[in-house]
Amino acid sequence: MEAIRMENLVKTYGSGSTAVHALKNVSLYVNPGEVVGLLGPSGSGKTTLLQCLGAVIDPTSGRIALNGETVFDNGWKINDLRALRRDKIGFVFQAAYLIPFLSVLDNVALLPMLAGKSNEEARKRAKELLAVLEVDHRSHAKPAELSGGEQQRVAIARAMANQPPFILADEPTAPLDSERSLIVIKLLTRLAQEFKTAIMVVTHDDIIIPRFKRLYRLRDGVAHEEQGQNLPFPD
Amino acid sequence: MINLAVKEISHSWVRYVLTAVGLGLLIGVTLTMTGLVRGMLDDAIALIRGTHADLWVVQEGTMGPYAESSTLYDDVYRNITGLPGVAQASNVAYLTVQVRHANKDVRAQVAGFEHDQPGEPPYLIAGRPVAKSRYEAIADIKTGFRLGDKISIRRTELTVVGLTKGMVSSGGDPVVFVTMQDMQDIQFQKDNTTIYNERNRLSANPKLNRPGSPGLLQAVTEAQQSNQKVNAVLVRVTPGYDPAVVAETIKRWKHFEVYSYEQMRQILQVRVIANALRQLGMFMVILAIVSTAIIALIIYNMTMGKIREIAVLKLIGANNSTIVAMILQQAWGLGIIGFVVGKATATLISPLFPKRVELLPFDAFISFLIVIAICSLASLIAIRAALKVQPASAIGG
Repeated sequence: MEAIRMENLVKTYGSGSTAVHALKNVSLYVNPGEVVGLLGPSGSGKTTLLQCLGAVIDPTSGRIALNGETVFDNGWKINDLRALRRDKIGFVFQAAYLIPFLSVLDNVALLPMLAGKSNEEARKRAKELLAVLEVDHRSHAKPAELSGGEQQRVAIARAMANQPPFILADEPTAPLDSERSLIVIKLLTRLAQEFKTAIMVVTHDDIIIPRFKRLYRLRDGVAHEEQGQNLPFPD
Repeated sequence: MINLAVKEISHSWVRYVLTAVGLGLLIGVTLTMTGLVRGMLDDAIALIRGTHADLWVVQEGTMGPYAESSTLYDDVYRNITGLPGVAQASNVAYLTVQVRHANKDVRAQVAGFEHDQPGEPPYLIAGRPVAKSRYEAIADIKTGFRLGDKISIRRTELTVVGLTKGMVSSGGDPVVFVTMQDMQDIQFQKDNTTIYNERNRLSANPKLNRPGSPGLLQAVTEAQQSNQKVNAVLVRVTPGYDPAVVAETIKRWKHFEVYSYEQMRQILQVRVIANALRQLGMFMVILAIVSTAIIALIIYNMTMGKIREIAVLKLIGANNSTIVAMILQQAWGLGIIGFVVGKATATLISPLFPKRVELLPFDAFISFLIVIAICSLASLIAIRAALKVQPASAIGG
């Protein structure tokens, strides 16, 4: 079963002669443990697609299913989108967007706490993830005290905090140099395999595009599936 | 659950505390004004409270002796004393003057009283009561006089033999108590030149200085120079008698105006100082509006400064209530710190005011509730802005 499946998704802004068709007929899927690239020039509908996948805007028509559960189907949608985003979708942004007044540990622990976990349980989970991502030594630092790479690793830890089946990464390597970009993508790939999480990475980065096994190219609101080069990561 | 408001405050606590201190100074000014109002209300009735009288008998058709001038002959009290239900009746007179002492002068209200009668100083904090019928005075400590000080009131010189406390006029001037004899001299005794000029004017008047009526000029001169006037008669009612009935008897048979303690209190608090209270009230309303606007601006700016974080919080599943709580708690924090600073400021600066500032715990409690209500109200714009933030704005920039 796919972690995420999107069928015939259409998103139109406005109506009549001024209507803008941001997504025309998008179908895609990502399997558990798979990292898939999403490419496309500006204006191709990438942001709209991400917002539909992130359950923050409603598609005009089509169907979206997460882990086999339909969350949107031609105008029908599940009631609690907030809980869906909290429990089933992880977000990694271009900039880390960590909460500046929380420590690294609390930034990661916040999600399980929002999901109703006790402080102790949430912090335990956060510590484990920070250890996996090798930033546990900065647990008590504030985000502003971290390097760009460290911030992005903390953001990934936050995205994984509630063990979501699907992670949406919006140009996660944009602020990083080539070496750090590769480290981040390698890390995402490892985590995807280890935790059986489906990850969709939106990117323009020529260094990381060849590392995908499979990718979607969005052009004029339509997604085209392509086979990637699947180059190995350097040691 | 992490308390986001506390975390953010502790992250940049210096800025937060400085903002709250600034707000606290504003609250301090408002609290001081509240204290001033309380002080004025209390001062307004200090003198009537101190008299321990049940009724004030004044000139018919007036609201004297504090709100309007009232003049009675000084033997009126004898007629009143004979009425049923009157235990004691005594003359009083009041005059606001500059009292001189050691080349300085102090604005004070001079109160003339009769020994052991209503109207005498209620208690002393130093010295002794007036023992002689002339040239001794008891002063409120707010005058700054000390025991043994020689003071001059118009042409009369007196010695301060006792000190009292909390006795001020409705205008806040301290009271100097003197005997009725001294008071009548102070009010009516004229200097020699004035007496000489008045005699000349009268003798030059052919209607008064007629050859056929040699005693007329002398009678008019004596009447003009008489000082047998007082401002009011204070009455204590015999236990068991209804003061309202006694008041009605005095009104009906003696044709005077009679006020009870409650009526006199209303005259002083509602009429005499009404304008001053309205003035202070207006200032307090303006300060409350300014405070609300400032708090609203501070909270709005604080919220707009973290609008991206709010979008991210919403995206990752935070409830609206979590975000509203964060904003409200920060606003309340400002209010609480501001109130503590304001209360401390008001307590420190209140003794420096020339008028009494009465800071009551009840007023402080009500002010605290108002500050919290204002903070909540001021947060509404920021809360509205935060709730309008779409989680979608965190994605794709």
